[in-house]
Amino acid sequence: MISGMPTFTREEIKHLGDLARIALTDQEADRLKGELNVIADSITKVQEVAGGDVPPTANPIPLEAYLRPDEAEEPLTQEAALSGAPVTESGMFVAPRILGEE
Amino acid sequence: MSAQEELVKQSASDMAAQLRSGQVSSRELVQAHLDVIEAAEPSIDAFLQVSADQALEQADAFDQHLAHEGAEGLPELAGVPIAIKDMIVTKGIPTTAASKILEGWVPPYDATVIKKLKAAGMPILGKTNLDEFAQGSSTEHSAFKTTHNPWDTERVPGGSGGGSASAVGAFEAPLALGTDTGGSIRQPGSLTGTVGVKPTYGGVSRFGAIAMASSLDQIGPVSRSVLDAALLQEVIGGYDRRDSTSIPKPVPPLAQAARQGQNRDLKGLKVGLVKELGGEGYQPGVEARFNEAVSLLESMGAEVVQVSCPHFPYALAAYYIIMPSEVSSNLARYDGMRYGLRVMPPEGVPQTAANMMAATREAGFGDEVKRRIILGIYALSAGYYDAWYGSAQKVRTLVIRDFEKAFEQADVLVSPTSPTTAFRFGEKMDDPLAMYLNDVATIPANLAGTPAMSIPAGLSDDGLPVGFQFFAPQMRDEVMYRPAAALEAALEEQWGGPISKKLSTPWLDGLAQDSTK
Repeated sequence: MISGMPTFTREEIKHLGDLARIALTDQEADRLKGELNVIADSITKVQEVAGGDVPPTANPIPLEAYLRPDEAEEPLTQEAALSGAPVTESGMFVAPRILGEE
Repeated sequence: MSAQEELVKQSASDMAAQLRSGQVSSRELVQAHLDVIEAAEPSIDAFLQVSADQALEQADAFDQHLAHEGAEGLPELAGVPIAIKDMIVTKGIPTTAASKILEGWVPPYDATVIKKLKAAGMPILGKTNLDEFAQGSSTEHSAFKTTHNPWDTERVPGGSGGGSASAVGAFEAPLALGTDTGGSIRQPGSLTGTVGVKPTYGGVSRFGAIAMASSLDQIGPVSRSVLDAALLQEVIGGYDRRDSTSIPKPVPPLAQAARQGQNRDLKGLKVGLVKELGGEGYQPGVEARFNEAVSLLESMGAEVVQVSCPHFPYALAAYYIIMPSEVSSNLARYDGMRYGLRVMPPEGVPQTAANMMAATREAGFGDEVKRRIILGIYALSAGYYDAWYGSAQKVRTLVIRDFEKAFEQADVLVSPTSPTTAFRFGEKMDDPLAMYLNDVATIPANLAGTPAMSIPAGLSDDGLPVGFQFFAPQMRDEVMYRPAAALEAALEEQWGGPISKKLSTPWLDGLAQDSTK
């Protein structure tokens, strides 16, 4: 069990930015580093009381899963679904290429 | 006072009564509020979007309906206009979450709460400002504008729902909707002298509410009276199969509870003072108003006991792990592919989808949103998940148990809503931790899914409003409406009217002297 959060470095922040798909600038990474270290320090507190015998809660009001009635209904039209897209063509979303090479 | 000013200063339920008796039309009500919006916005800046044409159309449709078919089957608030936090999607009206990443987006569908308002004939005046993606406690994190507190326009209205709170507080709208993930309805209510309610988690459908932290988010009412909030929650509440966390039960009798409370008889009610929500960090002026209000509850017959919720001091820390974790996941959808902003990578960088996403999100998100996403990604990453997210979820269990024990000793729990009154612009912007402390008293209710509300408790020694918070057990929202309405009635008797009577409203001075058509 890790106790306490390690101190963030600029490289770690940049790596987290990559994972989050946010192209952070160096200045941003530096500022975030300072802020996150302060925030992280204050929230390690949760580990003080989170004993092994306490069950975790994901949803404060658990509901039983159930099947809804299988009724057909009108979905969004193709036009409506595409209405906010940055680029479309022939009724489709246009994405930049997925792979790095041609 | 002009006729128009007199009209907009009424409660929503009084406006509704005038609509039914034919003293005023829905069009006149909408027009009066549009006039106030025009006059107030230069100093308040509560709205990101005013939907005047749609609102007038909806008003005309309601007036027609009332003339031909009467009001039967319609809720009490039918025909009364409302403003909507720009975190809730509205078909045909731009919805931005106050983020550049959604600038100009026009949703192709309505949130369930919007459908319900439309079915109730309640015209939508526009979309109100907020901290970007509802992340903040001052509305200063909006990408578009800063909203001012009507009590002192040099100060913040709280957040994230500062726009809805200021709009209602400044008489630009009689009612509004907010969303509350850690206090975003109640804390602005506290800072602007308005009423704000976070219903039980699952009590109001969130279909069409832009997701921030899904295990915490809840839509709720913003108003100037407890009864108005109850009536509005009855309109928007109830089961919706489009929200998998929606509680499959009818809305409890909220307005009835509020009306009962107005009799100011609280004999038999046990009120629990939460020991941990007070003392250090709470301004003396806030505690003074709070204690006076507790005495008023006692004078109406309530029995006051002290309860201890020993894990509440850990709630803020747990929240700042759970919330960013869920934020990092929910905001992954803003990827420049299907809607919203797309920014291609700079020249020299491969023009791939992944680089487009990184460039889009770098340009589209503001500082606070980035901070939370990065923290959330970290808290959820392999090797840290158990120590962080797992521990926070355990604290959540402990907070729920604290509530359960406290509700064995008391019917409702009470605390100040916010430790301070409204602060100045910029005061906490460079110190995220100081900003986060605003929500120390509101967060426990989100973690536990319990309903909670803030009502005005008077003005502090700085002349700014103080909020009084009630908590009720899960799915028992009516339990807090009764004492809240009683306290409101008792305070208003002392003040000689609602707290807003003490508010100077220079923006209303220029309104036309005659509001007829």
